[in-house]
Amino acid sequence: MITAPLRKANPITVLILGICSSLAVTAKLKPAIVMALSVTVVTALSNLVISLLRKGIPSKIRIIVQLIVVATLVILVDQFLKAFMYDVSKQLSVFVGLIITNCIVMGRLEAYAMSHSPWESFLDGVGNGLGYGMILVIVAFFRELLGSGTLFGYQVIPQGFYDFGYMNNGLMILPPMALIIIGIIIWLQKPEEER
Amino acid sequence: MGLRNYIDKIKPNFEEDGKFAKFHSTFEAFETFLYTPNRVTNRGAHIRHYADMKRNMIYVLIALIPCFLFGTWNIGYQHFLSLGEDVTFWHTFGYGLLKIIPLYLVSYIVGLIIEFTFAEIRHEEVNEGYFVTGFLIPLIMPVEVPLWMLALAVAFAVIIGKEVFGGSGMNVVNPALLARAFLFFAYPSKMTGDSVWIAEKADAYSGATPLGTIFNGGTVNDLPSLTEMFIGTIPGSIGETSKIAILIGAIFLILNDIISLRIIAATFLGAVSMGLFFNALGTTPAMEVPYYYHLWMGGFLFGTFFMATDPVTAAQTNIGKWIYGFLVGAIAILIRVANPGYPEGMMLSILLMNVFAPLIDWCVVAVNIRKRKKRWAAAERRTK
Repeated sequence: MITAPLRKANPITVLILGICSSLAVTAKLKPAIVMALSVTVVTALSNLVISLLRKGIPSKIRIIVQLIVVATLVILVDQFLKAFMYDVSKQLSVFVGLIITNCIVMGRLEAYAMSHSPWESFLDGVGNGLGYGMILVIVAFFRELLGSGTLFGYQVIPQGFYDFGYMNNGLMILPPMALIIIGIIIWLQKPEEER
Repeated sequence: MGLRNYIDKIKPNFEEDGKFAKFHSTFEAFETFLYTPNRVTNRGAHIRHYADMKRNMIYVLIALIPCFLFGTWNIGYQHFLSLGEDVTFWHTFGYGLLKIIPLYLVSYIVGLIIEFTFAEIRHEEVNEGYFVTGFLIPLIMPVEVPLWMLALAVAFAVIIGKEVFGGSGMNVVNPALLARAFLFFAYPSKMTGDSVWIAEKADAYSGATPLGTIFNGGTVNDLPSLTEMFIGTIPGSIGETSKIAILIGAIFLILNDIISLRIIAATFLGAVSMGLFFNALGTTPAMEVPYYYHLWMGGFLFGTFFMATDPVTAAQTNIGKWIYGFLVGAIAILIRVANPGYPEGMMLSILLMNVFAPLIDWCVVAVNIRKRKKRWAAAERRTK
């Protein structure tokens, strides 16, 4: 249950959900990891809560109930980040709040938590969060390495390269490149899944 | 015919279960390059236009030769002009050749390796698509572009621009322009700044292109004269400075019915109307540039004749061509004038319209279908 969303049912590369935030927060590795963890926490816990409540939710207002649960969790995460990782929280800015609208969260609630037991739903949430996070980290790794020559803010490309005429790739910092990298990942993944 | 015999001798090695079956496409490419293939279509009707893809590509290459030759000379001319030295014609030309040959080597080696690799993986024939792209790419680069950047741009353009969509003929955007756009966004300092347009120039010498001048606060009076821009003795991307050379190539292509006159006419129309519109507004120095200057500046002509008319990425329907061309011209001038950050609007506007071309075609076809349906319904009513 945890491993399926990592490859076969990856929310980003297979279901093509949550693209917007993966374009916005992947210019640097550190915010990407924080974002990945936040989303994992939110999907896992909201899945759990909704699954516990699923029998009592009238189906007409289920979206609103789901939204309230997700919003509460997101605010918790946001406050937590502001308290303990202020600089990262500032970098992520509005995108933490936008986890509420992240299609993966709502998608899993509707598609899975509403019809499965709490423990299964919790695992499903963790798996989807990690599947999302994995792609985020891969994209952010390449974007930070090639775009800024750093990883986690530390210089990794030696100065000698620059003296030799190497330059950071400005396109990597722009969001379109994240889309292209995700495209390449999908491209490489597709034939393997089909086998 | 020793060569023919030799090829026939080694051919079995490249067949299905030969030793080098992996390299079948490579072998096939060289064989058909050297000899006309003896396979013919063996069933069905096959009436074809006399100009097949190979012929079209060769014509475009021929049309680019004037640009190539002038560009080569201009590299040397600008270099020695900036140093204040007076040298002979052949010295100038030779210096240009030394600068331009490495660019071509990189462009072709990188591009063809990728093309061949993909052909092998897909068990397809290698086709001629890259010859024109590879020839165009160095012509639209500044002469001082580092070779590794060029290689990266070529790889990006061929893989992301072409191969992911299925190779030549399937690409959405023009790969040569994509290569330039890649460098433009990835390494802006190597693509815009005024030092890149002249090879090893003297430091004090200012070498901004006309477009660069106007957007760094210059006025019309700071521009080179129309004649200078027409002949092409100005700094700029290698192949696009001389309007004469471009026109010679363009006339050749038009006479041979390779590029679409509709697109060209529409592009000019779009650019002129947008230019006149801005002249009428005339609130910033950039807006006061006379509309006819825009046609001579930057890559407008080169883009119009060799990029916008690319049969693969342009609109296909006749009305679509008019719409497509008009918007290419209008948006190019709009970007140039309205956004000082992107002086070369032609590249961006062609890429943008490449993306929209299929949509334009779809609309034109849809409108046509509706018109015919109505006409048919009307005729139906009359007969009743």
